[in-house]
Amino acid sequence: MPNKKTEELEGVAIRFTGDSGDGMQLTGTKFTESTALAGNDLATLPDYPAEIRAPAGTLAGVSGFQIHFSSKEISTPADQPDVLVAFNPAALRANIDDVRPGGMVIVNTDAFNDKALARAGYDEDPLPALRDRVKLVEIPLTRLNREALKDLNLSYRDADRSKNFFALGIMFWLYHRSMDPTLRWLESRFKGDIREANVRVLNAGYAFAETTEMFPVSYVIPSAKIQPGTYRNITGNTALAWGIAAAGTLNDCPVFLGAYPITPASDILHELARYRQFGVRTFQAEDEIAAISTAIGASFAGMLGVTTTSGPGFVLKQEALGLAVMTELPLVVVDVQRGGPSTGMPTKIEQGDLLMALYGRNSDCPVAILAPSSPGDCFHIMIEAFSLAVKYMTPVVVLSDGYLANSAEPWLIPDIASLRRSPVKHHTEISNFQPYERNPETLARPWAVPGTKGLEHRIGGLGKDEITGNVSYDPRNNERMIELRAEKVARIANDIPPIEVNGQDQGGLLLVGWGSTHGAIYAAVKEARENGLNVSNIHLRHLNPFPSNLADVLSRFDQILVPELNQGQLSRILRAEFLLPAVPMIKQQGQPFQISEILERIRAMLREEN
Amino acid sequence: MADAAVNLTQKDFATDQDVRWCPGCGDYSILANVQRVMPEFGIPRENFVFISGIGCSSRFPYYMNTYGMHTIHGRAPAFAAGVKASRPELSVWVVTGDGDGLSIGGNHLLHAIRRNIDYQILLFNNRVYGLTKGQYSPTSRIGMKTKSTPDGSIDYPVDPIKFALGASATFVARTVDVDAKHLQQTLRRAHEHKGTAFVEILQNCPVFNDNEWIEVENKKTRSEAALVLEDGQPLVTGSKGQRRGIRIENGIPSVVKLGDEEDPVAAGVAVHNERHDSPAYAFALASLERPNFPIPIGVFRSVERPAYDEMLSNQVTQAIEKRGEGDLHALLHSGDTWTVE
Repeated sequence: MPNKKTEELEGVAIRFTGDSGDGMQLTGTKFTESTALAGNDLATLPDYPAEIRAPAGTLAGVSGFQIHFSSKEISTPADQPDVLVAFNPAALRANIDDVRPGGMVIVNTDAFNDKALARAGYDEDPLPALRDRVKLVEIPLTRLNREALKDLNLSYRDADRSKNFFALGIMFWLYHRSMDPTLRWLESRFKGDIREANVRVLNAGYAFAETTEMFPVSYVIPSAKIQPGTYRNITGNTALAWGIAAAGTLNDCPVFLGAYPITPASDILHELARYRQFGVRTFQAEDEIAAISTAIGASFAGMLGVTTTSGPGFVLKQEALGLAVMTELPLVVVDVQRGGPSTGMPTKIEQGDLLMALYGRNSDCPVAILAPSSPGDCFHIMIEAFSLAVKYMTPVVVLSDGYLANSAEPWLIPDIASLRRSPVKHHTEISNFQPYERNPETLARPWAVPGTKGLEHRIGGLGKDEITGNVSYDPRNNERMIELRAEKVARIANDIPPIEVNGQDQGGLLLVGWGSTHGAIYAAVKEARENGLNVSNIHLRHLNPFPSNLADVLSRFDQILVPELNQGQLSRILRAEFLLPAVPMIKQQGQPFQISEILERIRAMLREEN
Repeated sequence: MADAAVNLTQKDFATDQDVRWCPGCGDYSILANVQRVMPEFGIPRENFVFISGIGCSSRFPYYMNTYGMHTIHGRAPAFAAGVKASRPELSVWVVTGDGDGLSIGGNHLLHAIRRNIDYQILLFNNRVYGLTKGQYSPTSRIGMKTKSTPDGSIDYPVDPIKFALGASATFVARTVDVDAKHLQQTLRRAHEHKGTAFVEILQNCPVFNDNEWIEVENKKTRSEAALVLEDGQPLVTGSKGQRRGIRIENGIPSVVKLGDEEDPVAAGVAVHNERHDSPAYAFALASLERPNFPIPIGVFRSVERPAYDEMLSNQVTQAIEKRGEGDLHALLHSGDTWTVE
C-alpha cells in the first residue's frame, strides 16, 4: 500500500455529471447514502433533463447530481462545486464554469475523442487549457472498467454501463466513505453477472484510487455536531408521501389519493401506491380534473381526500377546487411547482404558483395555503394540512417545488407519539341536523357522510342557503356566504404558531422567504450576520392565512427584501396586505438561489441605506 | 347490503325541494320512476348516493332524498368514482346528459366505463343543450338548426350506445323516459349488474327539441319504430301485417319482412343474446337507426367482469394480509438510518 497523506476538510461539494443514460442520479444517491451514514450534515441537488434519453453526448442530455456535505451545519447544496466529475465532454462543458477556481475536475479521458468533442461543441480538446485552472485528474475510466470485467462474459456495451460505479468507488476512497450500503443495495437488487460486475468495479475503483499516484491525498470530513436522534436521508417527495400515509394513521381515517402522472410530482403517487397496507387507496385518474374530482368524491364519502400535481395540472384543477370550497369539504391539494409558464421546464425549479393558489378560481374563493421549507418539512406539513382541512372543513393547498421534491437532507426521524393526532369524527347527531350549520369557533360545517342514517342531504356548486345548504339565489345570503367562507379560512390563523424572527427582532433589513428558498436565505443571513450586517429573516410556512403576528413583525424593520423564484408574487401580496414597501428579489432561471446572490443583495441594500 | 327490514316507499325518496324542470320535460317521468324502483332494492336510504354534473338532468340529486352531490360540468363519473372506490358498499348512481356526459365529460365517461366501476350511469339523451337554451349537442342530428347552428349542424353525432360499447362496457341499455314499465325494468337490471351499468334514456326536451323521440314514445308508432330487446328472443318488431325481423350477417344488419305466422329464426332473424363475449353483435345492434331500422330498446349487452372498486378493496385486504397493518414507525425507520448519540 502506498503511504498516502490524509487531510481534514470542513466540507466539500461534489457534482457528478454525465449523459442522462450514465447513471449520474444513482451514483449521486449512493454517495449520499454513505455520506449520511458517515454523520455529515448534507444537502443534495439533482439536475436532470426532461427528456428521458436526450441524444447521447449532447449538452441537452447532461444530467447532474450535486452533494454538499460538511462537519458544520449546512443548508444548501452549495453555490459552486469543489469537485466536478465529468463522464464526457458535454458534461464538462455544461458544468465547468460553475467549479470553484482551483477545484478538482475528474474526467473520463476515454470519452474525450474527436467525435464526442464535436458533439459537445468543442473545436479543440479543452483539457490542456484546464490543467492550469483546476486540479485536473485524467482517468481512462472506460478502459479501466473494461479491464476489471474482462473475464466476465459481458459485451462492452454492458460492461460500460457499470463505469459509474467504478467512479463511485474512486470517490468512496477519496472521501473515506463506506462502500457497505452500496454493496448491500447491489446484493438485494441484482444477481448474476450484473451484480458481480457492479460489485467488482466498485471495489476496483476503490483500489485504483488507493494505489494511483493521481490521488496523493485523501480527505476526511469529520461528522457534524447535530441534534441527537435517529436520522435517515429523505427527499421532499418521499417525505410528502409518508406525511400523507401518516395523516391517515394519525387521524384514524383512510386516505384516498387521486393523481395523474406529472413531473415532478409523480413520485408521490408511486410511493403511496405501495402503502395499501395503510389503507391508502391510490387512483391513477384519466386526467388532472378527474384526479381532484375523485379525491373530492372520496372526501364526500368520508375519506381524507388528496390530489398531487404540478403547475399545469393545478391549473386544470381550479374549477373542482372551487367546488370543494363551495361544498366545504376537507381536501388537500399538493402542487409541486416547476418552471413555467405552460409546459415550461418540467424538471426545473420555480415558485410561480402562489398567486394561482390564492386567486386562480372564479369569484372570491379562498383556500388555506401552506409551504414546506425543507425536504423533511414536507412530512410535517402534510400532517398539518390534513388536520386543518378536517378541522375547518376546507381545501388546503400545499406548495412544494421541484427543488424540495428531489433534493435530499438528513432527517431526524420524529417520534410517532409526538405527532399531532386529530382523529376524524364524522357527524352522526340526527336531531336538528343542518348541512351548513357552523361550528361557532371554527365556522366549519358538519362532515356528515353517506351511510349515516337520518343525515341524507345534497350538496353542490350552486349558491347555498346559510343554514340548510339548499340552493339559494337570495342576494344577501350570497354575500353573507362569501364572507363566511373567507372568515372561516381567516380563522385558521388561530391554529398557526406566531412567526419567529431569525436574528434580531427589529431594525435593519428583514428577509422574508417561503418554501424551498429557506436554506439559501438562512445561510446568506447567517454569513451576513457573522460579518456584522444588520439583517434578519423570517420564513413563512403559512401563506394563507398568514401568522397573526406577521403585520407586527414586518412593521418593526427598516427594509424588507423578499427573495422568490418568481416575479415577486409574495412581495406583491405583502405590499397589498400590509401597505409596506417590500422589495422583491427575483430569480426565474429554473435554478435555486445561490447564497452569494442573496448575500450580495443584502450588502447592496444595506449600502444604499447608509 | 340488501336488508329485508328496510321498508321504504316512493315518497321516502322525494325531497322537500320544488322540482324545477320545464312543464312537460321528460325528466319528471324519469325522476318518478327512479323514486318508484328505489324501495325495491331493499337498501337503506342512507346508502344511496346520486352524483351529477351540470345541465338540466344534473339537477336530479336535489330531488332525491338520499345522499347526493351536484358537481361540475362533465365530471360526475370521476366524483362518483372517488365515492365508490373508497366506499364500495354504497349504491352509487351517476346522472348525466348528452352534453355533460359526451361533450365536456366524454373523457371521464370513457374511463369510468373502461374501469368497470360498480355504479349506474343514467345518461338522459335529448339531443340538445337545454340549460344553456338550445344549442346543438354532440348527439344532435347533422343538419339540426339551433341558435349556434343557424345553417344547420355540420358535426357528425356520437351515439351513446356505441360510445359505451367502444369503451368495453359490461352493461349497456337503452330505455325511454315515458315508458314507465320498461324504464323501471331497465333500472332494476342496471342495479343488479356488477360493474358499470350504462343506461341511455331517450328523453324529450319540449322546449328546445320537442318530439325528438316521438316515434318510440308514442304508443301507436312504437311497435314499429322500436325494437324491444329480450334475451333469448328473436329480433322482431311490428304488429300484424307489418312484422319485420333483423338479420345480422358479418356484422351488417338488414331488415327481413316476416309473414304473420312465419318463424323468424328459420328466416335467418338473429336471436338476441346479451352475453356475447365480443361486443361486435351489440355494436351491430347499436347501428340500427331510424328511419331505415327500428330503434333497439332494452339491454344490448350484459357480461360479467370484476369491478374496479372490488379489485381495489381486494388489493387493500391482501396488502394487509401480506405485510400486516401499516406501521408508521417501521415505515419511517425503513432502509438505512443512523443514530447520533
